[in-house]
Amino acid sequence: MNTIVTLLLRRLGISLVTLLLVSAVVFLITNLLPGDPAQEMLGQAATPEVVEALREKLGLNQPAHIRYLNWLGSLLSGSPGVSLANNMPVAELVADRLPRSLMLAGTTTVVAVPFALFVGIVAAMYHGRRADSIISTAVMFVVAVPEFLVATVAVLIFAVELGWLSAVSYAPQDPTLGQFLATYALPVLTLSLVLVGQMARMTRAALIEQLQQPYIEMAVLKGASPARVVLRHALPNAVGPIANAVALSLSYLMGGVVIIEVIFNYPGIASLMVDSVTNRDFPLLQACAMLFCTGYLILVLMADTAAILSNPKLRK
Amino acid sequence: MSDLVQVDKLRVVARAEEGAEITIVKDVSFSIPRGEVLALIGESGSGKTTIALALMGYARRGCHIEGGLIRVGDTDVTALKRKELRSLRGRRVSYVAQSAASGFDPAMKIMDQILETTRIHKTLPRQEAEAKAVDLFRALALPEPESIGSRYPHQVSGGQLQRLMAAMALITDPELVIFDEPTTALDVTTQIDVLRAFKHVVAERGITAVYVSHDLAVVAQMADQVVVLNQGEVRESGRTGQIIKAPTDDYTRQLLAAARPALRSATVELEADVPVLAVEGVSAGYGKIGRDGRPAIPILEDISLAIPRGTTLGVIGESGSGKSTLARAIAGLIPPTAGTLKLAGETLPNDMSQRTRDQFRRVQIVFQNADTALNPSHSVERILARPLAFYHGLQEQGRKQRVRELLDLVRLPATIAEQPCSRLSGGQKQRINLARALAAEPDLILCDEVTSALDTVVATAILDLLTELRRELKVSYMFISHDISTVRAVCDDVLVLYAGRKVEQGGREHFAAPPFHPYTDLLINSVPELEQGWLESAAQSRKLAPVNARGEGLCPFLERCPVRIEGKCSTEPPPWRQLALGNAVLCHHTEADLHGTASLNTARANASY
Repeated sequence: MNTIVTLLLRRLGISLVTLLLVSAVVFLITNLLPGDPAQEMLGQAATPEVVEALREKLGLNQPAHIRYLNWLGSLLSGSPGVSLANNMPVAELVADRLPRSLMLAGTTTVVAVPFALFVGIVAAMYHGRRADSIISTAVMFVVAVPEFLVATVAVLIFAVELGWLSAVSYAPQDPTLGQFLATYALPVLTLSLVLVGQMARMTRAALIEQLQQPYIEMAVLKGASPARVVLRHALPNAVGPIANAVALSLSYLMGGVVIIEVIFNYPGIASLMVDSVTNRDFPLLQACAMLFCTGYLILVLMADTAAILSNPKLRK
Repeated sequence: MSDLVQVDKLRVVARAEEGAEITIVKDVSFSIPRGEVLALIGESGSGKTTIALALMGYARRGCHIEGGLIRVGDTDVTALKRKELRSLRGRRVSYVAQSAASGFDPAMKIMDQILETTRIHKTLPRQEAEAKAVDLFRALALPEPESIGSRYPHQVSGGQLQRLMAAMALITDPELVIFDEPTTALDVTTQIDVLRAFKHVVAERGITAVYVSHDLAVVAQMADQVVVLNQGEVRESGRTGQIIKAPTDDYTRQLLAAARPALRSATVELEADVPVLAVEGVSAGYGKIGRDGRPAIPILEDISLAIPRGTTLGVIGESGSGKSTLARAIAGLIPPTAGTLKLAGETLPNDMSQRTRDQFRRVQIVFQNADTALNPSHSVERILARPLAFYHGLQEQGRKQRVRELLDLVRLPATIAEQPCSRLSGGQKQRINLARALAAEPDLILCDEVTSALDTVVATAILDLLTELRRELKVSYMFISHDISTVRAVCDDVLVLYAGRKVEQGGREHFAAPPFHPYTDLLINSVPELEQGWLESAAQSRKLAPVNARGEGLCPFLERCPVRIEGKCSTEPPPWRQLALGNAVLCHHTEADLHGTASLNTARANASY
């Protein structure tokens, strides 16, 4: 029991160190962006004195490492500054958007992951036969089509032509089930199509690798049914690679969904970050970047934990 | 007729990559009476495993059973539908795979895997099945029968896993059990116990079995009948005694001859100069090097040896004894943490990065598995040209010329040079592997289990080649093997390693009869003899009480030594004892004692040499 706890703790420690390094990189890069936020806020007409005063007020005149430490401190205390664009606390802006992003991501996960696993497992079971080539071709097709095309076509068909769903996904407070479905159906469908392809392919590959191991032949020769061979023997041994593929795919749901948010006019965190870049709104940009990295690290950590727990050689 | 199994004109076909079909089993027929064991014997590619699997109605990917009759009891196996096959497999016919280490699902507890068969076929309720499994563990002489099932496969040794797999095959009381090379991956000292356990349960339960093997000596112990196969065809079949004593087929004779390697002598005129390689007090291991200068996982400890020019030193020991580590330490791949290496009298730096190119050239290593040692997408010429350019700076023309010479040296046609390595057979690949080492024109070649992955007939040819090269080129070898008869056949001197320590060293002639170190004795007497009844007469390994070892530098073999002296071996380091004949052993026993402790059948075991 001890080995596994130390293993997981060490893994957690590595994640925290990574996060710290990421914070330094995020800070550095945002400071390399061209343009001076004070100048940006006041416009071209501002006098140098006014700009200088604002720089002083924002702490932009301090040396970089001091600014970094101040920022890190404020980040840890949960109040990562005030937006330069509209003077609202960054925490508040994020708190408004984050639940919506998580809702979209969560719904997509619930739809896409089981479906992807199912597709991958079926393809692996029929490896080399017609069902597999049909599934693999379909999956390749879906992966190859860009998401904006899928989204646009979906809007054209379901919202414009058929008029079943709204093209704009803005859920009211406490939606009914019908409202919920109407709001989320199109973005979730589009995102799922993008994710299912990747996850199903990785699931198939990981399972096929296991299915070529001698212990699978042994299970077949014990009289096990194909379903038993795959679900009871191959799948537990493929948890590691599958969990990592799922984590990588899902991490995309945090920051990579800008296009979806724009097309469906969905107020998520990705579009907030894009806005912050155009506005030179450093505190907001940094907070968003840190948020995405944290989400990513949490997913990878979960995947590693699943891999460690599923491997009896590591679990003692 | 009381035949349980009848196979008539069985044909199995494989689809090659280009779409053409190759018949890999050609009209094979045999029958097995109830309660008998039939052995399928042959080299790789003989179709022996394919035939055995066909008895379960199973063909590997890309193969299918094309024709013929397979009858088990009253069932025509070839006529069964998929679902009916599932109820045959594991229930009526069960299988023991070659490598239990990869045949067990790594993510499932052993007991769950054993009981899975009873669950699939609903033969017994869980509790009864568990009790039955424990009984089988006992019958198979497994340690801790009550609790061994709750472990995972990686927590159990190879020999134990193989017996656990037999328990898995027997739990449903099948009519027929297929043993597919069940002891090939094991050390001889482990193999003898596993064979004994198998033989015991087979006899006790009157099991009908098919025993697939390439090893005639093992088959002689296990089988009543033998079918000799070559390239998918039956060459000869008959009672075991007849096959090993009076074979009628040439191929069978060839197999029998290869099973008894002839002594090869190639002792060249020794110039009385410094040895090619002198190793003094070398220790090596893996992991971080601690403050005391020892690595975290020490493997070799205080090894000294010398290889005179033109001679061959054999290094023998079980898996895990440090044989390969010794070769790697000498080659510099694992820098020794203590001791010195001397190449023809000059100091050879322990660390590879401090060696000169010429020092690299003079010590070459040939790895066990030519399949993985040679880049499969490179042509033979490219593989051989690289050392020629690297060590000798040969230009295009000279290289081509030299590649041809090298191919000639290893008895391969020059036309092979253009071929990619993936097209060559196992024996050809090993020759290329050897030629690659020869290209450097080394003084010393470290051969790490170079014949272990080869069939006996092919291996014999490689051993002949090594001997000829030694005569022609006066090159010296360090020949690492787990097989005492191979080592005895090609080496001048033999060094026995146990747990990273040298326990015995001497000329090969001293390894024919006692006195030996007790470990050498065990090793020699565990090699099956080509003779029926050997297994029964071989000395039983006694169950030893755990020792209470106190002190440093004790005998490494202490835990397993059947003749240890209580109170002495467990407290005092053993001395190096020079025996009258020239051997040296690391043991507390005197020479007279060692004569007495040697197994009774040692004299008989060596009768064939």
